[in-house]
Amino acid sequence: MAAKSNLKNMVLSLTLVCLVCSGLLGVVYSLTAEPIRKAEEAKVNASIARVLPEGTGAPELESTVVDGITYSYYTVPGAGYAVISTVGGFGGPLSLMVGIGADGKVVNTVVLSHSETPGLGAKCTTDEPFIEQFQGWDPAVKRLAVLKDGGDVDAITASTITSRAYAKAIENAVKVYSKLMENE
Amino acid sequence: MSKLGLITKGFLKENPTFVLVLGMCPTLATTTSAMNGLEMGLATMFVLILSNIVISLISPVVPDKVHIPVYIVVIATFVTLLQLIMQAYTPDAYETLGLFIPLIVVNCIVLGRAEAFASKNSVGDSALDGIGIGLGFTVTLTIIGIVREILGSGSVFGWKFIPGDGILAFVMAPGAFLVLGYLMVLFNKLAKR
Repeated sequence: MAAKSNLKNMVLSLTLVCLVCSGLLGVVYSLTAEPIRKAEEAKVNASIARVLPEGTGAPELESTVVDGITYSYYTVPGAGYAVISTVGGFGGPLSLMVGIGADGKVVNTVVLSHSETPGLGAKCTTDEPFIEQFQGWDPAVKRLAVLKDGGDVDAITASTITSRAYAKAIENAVKVYSKLMENE
Repeated sequence: MSKLGLITKGFLKENPTFVLVLGMCPTLATTTSAMNGLEMGLATMFVLILSNIVISLISPVVPDKVHIPVYIVVIATFVTLLQLIMQAYTPDAYETLGLFIPLIVVNCIVLGRAEAFASKNSVGDSALDGIGIGLGFTVTLTIIGIVREILGSGSVFGWKFIPGDGILAFVMAPGAFLVLGYLMVLFNKLAKR
């Protein structure tokens, strides 16, 4: 069984254990840092490829401020802009990547992260009719708000708040796009 | 106890979920589908085996009054290792389990086995105990996940065989409690025979 405690061996054993553990963690951290970076990069690139499939060159990360909020976006050569837009959803932040083509139309959208209710709001990542209605969406013609609020977005059944947030995120992305166009 | 008995007791006599009723938080939260339950079980088993081995090695020299902090540091180290490895090589699983990976640190099963078994037994037996309890936990979480996925989404391991939406409540928290409760009754009824 365990050794008898005194101040010296208590301090010594805790220090030793912490030193060994932090050393080990340091080694593993440096070993996994590269694969983690690659995995994240692969995820971003896969998202960009989905929202702007026609992109030809390497996307470039930039950021801009619209209405006091900082947005990150990727300039994709030959295709347009992929804007990362985060709004408050039902269960927490809802983060989308919105691809907007050179003609100002939404090409496609991808959910980057969300904490919506499984089986309800979480359907915003899988519900095909819902996601597909935004492909080719022209913000100049159709309003980005759910039908209930007088817009043109067909909401997910029983998930109006999530659908509203999704539409809002795209609307914000469109604002970012308009600002980028003004500056050009 | 025989070597085989050390492994099988994790399924029946000392099943962590249905008999010891430990680690309820990840059990209820991550079993929304069979795959999530399986991944959570395997992640916990990884930490359990390694921490059992190390704790049984160091426990004779650790002073009595600081043994809990020392064990927690060891467990937290393995959990962080797991987190880094999952983030690097299985980013999808890491994303679905998210917060529940770091929470393995305070999973009662891991500290419970360290206290109740690993600190008093040999390295080999402690490793077997980790495998046994870990497998028991994995199988149990997978079963709960399968039941909830069938009732809630009409599928098993993502393979959909009932069209439509399923009973939504089983994907959410109330369903977790219901399924766990009924399975616990069924398990203990069968185990008593």
